Amino acid sequence: MRNIKNFEALWWGLFSAGGVVAAFLVPIHIILSGLGAPLGWLEDSPQVYQLWPVRLYLFVLIALPLFHCAHRIYHTLPEIGLKVISKPLAVLCYGGSLVGTLVTVWVVASL
Amino acid sequence: MINRPDKAKLYYPHMPATWWLRKRSYFMFMLREFTSVFIAIYLVVFLISLYRLGQSEAAYAAFVDGLRSPGWLAFHWVALLFAIYHSVTWFLSSAVVLSLRLGTWEAPRWLVAGAHIGGWLVVSVAILILYTVL
Repeated sequence: MRNIKNFEALWWGLFSAGGVVAAFLVPIHIILSGLGAPLGWLEDSPQVYQLWPVRLYLFVLIALPLFHCAHRIYHTLPEIGLKVISKPLAVLCYGGSLVGTLVTVWVVASL
Repeated sequence: MINRPDKAKLYYPHMPATWWLRKRSYFMFMLREFTSVFIAIYLVVFLISLYRLGQSEAAYAAFVDGLRSPGWLAFHWVALLFAIYHSVTWFLSSAVVLSLRLGTWEAPRWLVAGAHIGGWLVVSVAILILYTVL
């Protein structure tokens, strides 16, 4: 547990990098994959996801913002009364983003 | 060795869980933090769609078809609003953190924020074009 806390600079760095990626890239991807593809606004071409540079891009698009979200959620929930479970929250949030990163590597590699 | 005060003797103000409902600025702060929940859920759903694509194109098509339900569409509309709120607040705070200087001249905050927002729009249009062309 102490180790998780001691990685503070790393978590803040990933938070920042993920915040930038989320700010620049996530809104257009919600429009493309969350609204455009299901509603048929544009021709969905998932084959593009199988190109290797695009796979690398997808990894950055998903993994870094996951760390950003984990850091924000971890620092916000104790502010609204969940301070007593701050340590399990750290494991859940940062552990979740680490697992999410590994799953992302596996998914984009097997596309 | 630094002499630190005894932690047990320090004063910790006790905030009620609803402190962020007291002022509009507190509420907007909490709303900004809350954007991360929607962004995280969106990313997980997107990741599942990629997993389905890895299985087969038919599985992917069936998954995307499921996203046409009113619940998922409402979620993505709300997530889009939250994501835009994250982008705008992120760029505005970047303008406070980043100080761009040329000699003695320092770029005003509105210029730094404006450049970020302009760059964001250019990147978004570029991705849209690439997605339709590739």
